[in-house]
This record gives sequence, C-alpha cells and structure tokens, in this order.
Amino acid sequence: MITLLEARNIGKRFGGLQALSDVSLTIRKGEVYGLIGPNGAGKTTFFNVLTGAYTPDGGEFVFNGSELPTGKPHKVVARGIARTFQNIRLFRELTALENVMAGHHIRTKAGVWGVLTQNRFTREEERLTTERAYELLKYVGIERFADVVSRNLSYGDQRRLEIARALATEPQLLALDEPAAGMNATETGQLKVLIEQIRHDGITVMLIEHDVKLVMGLCDRVAVLDFGKKIAEDVPAVVQKNEAVIAAYLGGGKHAH
Amino acid sequence: MNELAAAIPWLGKRNPTAARWLILVIALVAPVIAWQFGRSWVRILDFALLYMMLAMGLNLVVGFAGLLDLGYIAFYAVGAYTFAFLASPHFDVHLPFWAILPLGAGFAAMAGIMLGFPVLRLRGDYLAIVTLGFGEIVRIFMLNLNYPVNITNGPQGINMIDPINLFGWDLSRNLQIGENFSINSLFLYYYFFLLAVAGSIVFVHRLQISRVGRAWAAMRDDELAAKAIGINTRNMKLLAFSLGATFGGLSGCLFGAFQGFVSPESFSLMESIAVLTMVVFGGMGNIAGALVGAFVLALLPEILRDVAVPLQQTLFGHVLLDPEVLRMLLLSLAMILMMLLRPAGLIPARARYSHDHHLSNKLKQEAAK
Repeated sequence: MITLLEARNIGKRFGGLQALSDVSLTIRKGEVYGLIGPNGAGKTTFFNVLTGAYTPDGGEFVFNGSELPTGKPHKVVARGIARTFQNIRLFRELTALENVMAGHHIRTKAGVWGVLTQNRFTREEERLTTERAYELLKYVGIERFADVVSRNLSYGDQRRLEIARALATEPQLLALDEPAAGMNATETGQLKVLIEQIRHDGITVMLIEHDVKLVMGLCDRVAVLDFGKKIAEDVPAVVQKNEAVIAAYLGGGKHAH
Repeated sequence: MNELAAAIPWLGKRNPTAARWLILVIALVAPVIAWQFGRSWVRILDFALLYMMLAMGLNLVVGFAGLLDLGYIAFYAVGAYTFAFLASPHFDVHLPFWAILPLGAGFAAMAGIMLGFPVLRLRGDYLAIVTLGFGEIVRIFMLNLNYPVNITNGPQGINMIDPINLFGWDLSRNLQIGENFSINSLFLYYYFFLLAVAGSIVFVHRLQISRVGRAWAAMRDDELAAKAIGINTRNMKLLAFSLGATFGGLSGCLFGAFQGFVSPESFSLMESIAVLTMVVFGGMGNIAGALVGAFVLALLPEILRDVAVPLQQTLFGHVLLDPEVLRMLLLSLAMILMMLLRPAGLIPARARYSHDHHLSNKLKQEAAK
C-alpha cells in the first residue's frame, strides 16, 4: 500500500509539559486510521501540529512524498489535509450552504477585481461553488437545511456540516477530531456510515475518537498515544490486547504513580 | 438595496418592487423637499451622503471582517488632504478631479495596509486601542507638519481647494438652464454624491456575496476555523483594511472638494466614533443598516439644532442647554435605548453571503429531474 502521510519524530512542548515526544506514524492511502488515548495524551495537539495550527519543536511530516510546511494552516489545506474540531467551530452567522461555500475558498480564485466587475469567470466560479456546496450538503444528508443559519442547526447536523465544510476543501486526508462526541447511538451509527462512504470515495480518514466501539468497527489501524508518546500501533484487534494500552486506559502498569 | 427595501415598514414585505421604487424616488426628491426649509438643509443632505459612504466603508471592516476600527476617520483625512495638496493654491498644483480621485483612494488604501500590518495579531479591545492611536497619529501629523517645512499648513488647514470639475463642468456653479431657471450647485453635488453612494452600494454588495465576503465573514465568526479551511487570514485582513480605507479615501476627496477647506479638526476621534456609531446604530454587518444609520445620525443633530433653541426659548425664555451638549446627551440616550430595545441595530437583517438565484436554479434543476 502507498504511504500518504508519514510523521517523523514529532515533538511539541508547552512550557514544562511535553505534549508530544518523538511521535512517528504512517498513514496509508485509503485507510481509516484511528488515534486514541486517554484524555491529555496529545491527540488533539498532534492534529494541531499536523494542520499547521501549532509549529512542532522537532520532526517533520511527509505528505504525498514531500515535506509539509509547518505553522501555515492555509498551505497545509492547499496540500490536501482538512480537519474538523473537537468542539464544533462553524461560521455561526453563515447559512449551512455558505459555510460549505466558504470551505471552497482555497480551491477557487476570484479576487477583488473579478468580484467588482462580475466578469464571466467569477460568475461561473460562483455558480459552481454553490452547486458543489449543495452537493456536499446532500452528501452528508442535510441539504434541506441549506438556507438555515448554522448556529440554529441541531448538534448532530452541525457535526455533519463541519464535515461537509472540510470536504469542500477537496482533501486527500480528512482529520476528524472526536466526530461522535456528544452523539447518541443512532447518530453515531449514521456517522459511521458517512465515514465509510467517505473512505469508499477515496479519501483517507484520520480519526480521534473515544467511542471504542466506533474505533474498533471503523478503523483499519489504530495508534495509541499516552503522555505524548506512541505506545502502540496496529490493527484494532491487536491493540485491544496490548498490555501497555490496557495499563494506560485503566491505570497501573508502568505509568502508575 | 433589497435589505433596505425590506426594511420599510408594511410596504417592504408586501411589495418589495414598490418599496424599491419608493426608495429611489425619495433619494431623488429629497433635496427638493429639503430646499423648502432652506439651502442649509440641502448642504446637510450632501454631508449625509458622504457619511453614508464612510459608514459603508467602515461596515466593510467592522461588520464584515469583524475588525474593530476606531481610527477610521484617518483614511477620510488622507483622502481629503490628498485632494487639498493636489488641487489648491497651497502648493499651486491643480490636477484634474479624475486624476486625484484614484490617488486619494490609493493613498488611503496604502495607509490601510500600513495600519493593517502591525495589528494583524490583535483582536477586539486591543485592536480598537491601536487603531484609535493610529487615527490620532494621523490627525496630529496633519496638525504639526507645518514646521520646519510647511506641508499641511498646521491648524489653519488648507483652503481655496478646487471644486469638483467633471470634464469642464464645474459643480460649484449653479447650472443655468434657459433664461430664468437654474439648478443650485448644492443639488449638483447632491446628485453626484448620490451616484457615488449608489456605486459604492453595488461594489460593497458584490464583495459581500462573493468568495471574498465569505472569507471575511468566516474570519469574523471563527478565525481558527477560517485558517483550518485554508483562508489566508493575514491577506484577508489586509484586504479588508485597505478596501475599507479606499472608501474612506474616496469620500475624503469628495469632502475636500465640496467643502473647499480642510483642517485637522474635521478628523478628530469624535468623528471616528460618530461613524462607528452610525454603523452600530443602523445594524452592523449589513449595508442597509450602515446607510440608514448614517442618514439618521447625520440628520438628527441638525434637526435638533433647529428645534432645540427655539423650543427652549419659548419654554424657559432663554437657552438652557447648548444644542452641542444636547446632541451628545441625546446621542448617548439613543444608543442606550438602542442597545436595550434593538441590540442588533435599526435594521437587524442578516446579511447574505451568496447569490440567492444560484441555489434556487439548482433546486429547480433537481425538481425537473
């Protein structure tokens, strides 16, 4: 299988806290890759470093064969990595449709001149953006709310909208930060179907999740972080039986105090 | 325009087309009505139009992009002084109006970028403080750059500025039609400014419902998420500052030419606050709000000045409160009432950031299938 993303010895320190130390992992094209670990293990920090929100202290990411720029989110998105957030971050005053349209920003070109003159290129691009955004809303199943201001959407729909917005950037790797947090069993089931569909359509998915059932049922491979270190990386069935992982989750083992 | 039409009570919802025509008619006959009350009222309307342009420009920065700017009047000053330098006996340069307009806009845009760079990482209160400082710096420069080399003529300001001259048509002279009919210069200025405002509305509206407007709104609603979908927030902020400043610069040029005189005292902090108040009062983030806010707050103090003095004289026999004092009092009162009763402004319409018809066309296509 082809490697899509390789993280090499990523390190990140906040003051006295080593949030990530020497984390290396490899994500293959087309898989759903889970990133799990107890609270505060450094999962979200890893996402933030990967997507350019933070600059790593050490290490590098190789994406599609070349190094990713660090600390420049828009360049990372342009290379084909999109993310969602643990606590939903939508553009609250924009409608669902406009949120997804905003997501197309990086793949469209219209500048001030084109906008002011409304030349043919700009009008055509705008029309395509609208249509693609609508298709994406349909894809995640919330097209009937296209004209609803996003802050008025229900929680589950907001999660879906955030995924649609991330997909609008036309990513090769979609990084989902706890997409099932706060969802009930039905919604989680629907989410699972959606993620499988996304994978089926050729987008590699990286997933931070606490819902063990979801992770085990969905992921091809799983990495476990604990205190900023990777303690295991394998198929879910093997990771489940790993002693270090059990110790990390249940306490005891080498981290007992 | 649609938002403005929809805001007209009763008619706006029932017959938007009629409402739109009504606005157009009002805009066209307003100076004629004002003339009945005296020529100074037409002059006030002219200024109201300039304030509308300013409010629209500031709304772009504050309402769309979410960058609180308390020094906006500085760009107005840059535009006005550019015009004064290039079309007055001060340096004895008299460039044509059409040549100065882009220069004024360009200098103001550059000033906008100059302000933008140092404040890229600031938000909210901190941004407000720095922009406030910037506005004061510009004003103090204008005030003191008369020594050792006299550039701005200091507190005396620059006068005898050339009037607006449209290809040989001098707007400051009354237009003579036939033998005994003439149109006062104030009317000419009014309709010229009205055109400028209409043009600004079209431009700002186009920006709003575009890729650029959505990027600004995204940045305003959640900067981190905006970055995460690939919006280059640095560039978008600089763009907002410079485009907002362009409108300030343009109306500054018009102001200089119309007034014939500029001095630093026209560009004080109070003016920045007044323009911001117009935007907030009307309804932040939508064009109609900025327009209505500017119109109401530009007219209100003048009406007050006209009413307050005679009223006090009849009631108390003498003037107790100076209209200027009363103006600030009532303005604050209006703002407080506004925040309590209509916190989203006079016209709290949610601004659209996409073309309506694109989606409805799409839906029609689907229904046809």
